[in-house]
Amino acid sequence: MNVVIIKYNAGNIFSVDSAMKRLNIEAAVTDDKDTILKADKVIFPGVGEASTTMKYLQENKLDTLIKDLRQPVLGICLGMQLMCSFSEEGNSPCLGIFDVDVKRFIPHKHEDKIPHMGWNTITDVKMPLFDDSLENKYVYFVHSYYVPVNSCTAATTDYIQPFSAALQKDNFYAAQFHPEKSGDIGEKILTNFLQL
Amino acid sequence: MLAKRIIPCLDIKDGTTVKGINFVNLRDAGDPVELGIKYSEEGADELVFLDITATHEGRKTFTDLVKRIALNISIPFTVGGGINELSDVERLLNAGADKISVNSTAIRNPQIINDIALNFGSQVCVCAIDARFDGNKWMCYTSGGRNLTDKELFLWAKEAEERGAGEILFTSMNHDGVKQGFANDALKHLSESLNIPIIASGGAGTMEHFKDTFEEGKADAALAASVFHFGEIAIKDLKDYLRNEGINVR
Repeated sequence: MNVVIIKYNAGNIFSVDSAMKRLNIEAAVTDDKDTILKADKVIFPGVGEASTTMKYLQENKLDTLIKDLRQPVLGICLGMQLMCSFSEEGNSPCLGIFDVDVKRFIPHKHEDKIPHMGWNTITDVKMPLFDDSLENKYVYFVHSYYVPVNSCTAATTDYIQPFSAALQKDNFYAAQFHPEKSGDIGEKILTNFLQL
Repeated sequence: MLAKRIIPCLDIKDGTTVKGINFVNLRDAGDPVELGIKYSEEGADELVFLDITATHEGRKTFTDLVKRIALNISIPFTVGGGINELSDVERLLNAGADKISVNSTAIRNPQIINDIALNFGSQVCVCAIDARFDGNKWMCYTSGGRNLTDKELFLWAKEAEERGAGEILFTSMNHDGVKQGFANDALKHLSESLNIPIIASGGAGTMEHFKDTFEEGKADAALAASVFHFGEIAIKDLKDYLRNEGINVR
């Protein structure tokens, strides 16, 4: 299988690539448009700041490319947030694949520390990225901004309030958590994506 | 609900894992990659990988070892020791580390916390603090507990948070290695005065000590080394125990 990890100015690409290697997939890490267009599966990772990464994507014409992809695409963490309409982080317009805005967490009490960092459970999980065995399982999160629950929500997590742990619309899939850092459960989710 | 984290710490010297009793008398506790895989499979929530000789002897953390760990484990891990400048941080993140722990370097050059947070995000920056209670105040030490500084624990932790640290890893030198429990009073004070997660370190001897540091110390995570390395506490048993005690763990 031909898997591409989109290379851009965001962290954790090595981690995603390592997770693919553990699943015996030699992914291409590239920003080459032809290679991305021809891939069977595309992964759009990301750790970083929304407005600067969006600017980079626009300058390198990756923004229109990603929106027009027809094969299964998996956005991870910042990748998922960039697939939404707008982010409060740097007040940045984003790709607009998911018609929802990214909000900053507002703590309600002292225990509501930000970022939301660590292992939390996913509920109301939806096929095909998830299956019933993944309901209520722990995955690893690190983020200060969140996507509210909406019509594309494919899994929900509760921190301060319920938010979208995952999204899906047509061929676009996205996870707020890091499947590449979520142990066996994360590997199961990545395997489900690769089997689409 | 967000789970309390259990974090085995792999102190590294010359490529092997060691754990000091009050920071001296090091004993070999195995290959770091093997231990990392074992802990990951047993249910550890994160790993910390500290090159404990790096600051003292001026050595760089072994980037290749970090790469090997990153390729083989599927949980988050932090790297520390021997980080003097931003290029060290970039090198270790590129090798696959998720977070970088700064300790002595941050006390000498606090600006590095701002620089890490600005360039890579606060979530990358763990501020590790070694402190000893002198009967009156908690005072910070550098260089693996060798050098007393003029920084007081709570003021320095607050400053680190304001500069952009994403977590505080507090080791009580009074408690480290003696296995009589964590410094829960100081931890509780840290947790209640700061808005970032606090990792408790130093003093784990029994499973009850972990429960106490989550309940009394209000810690978000607990770190230990020797009780795990020498098989005194199995992580799976610890998780079962904590779950039975009503503490939310993965």
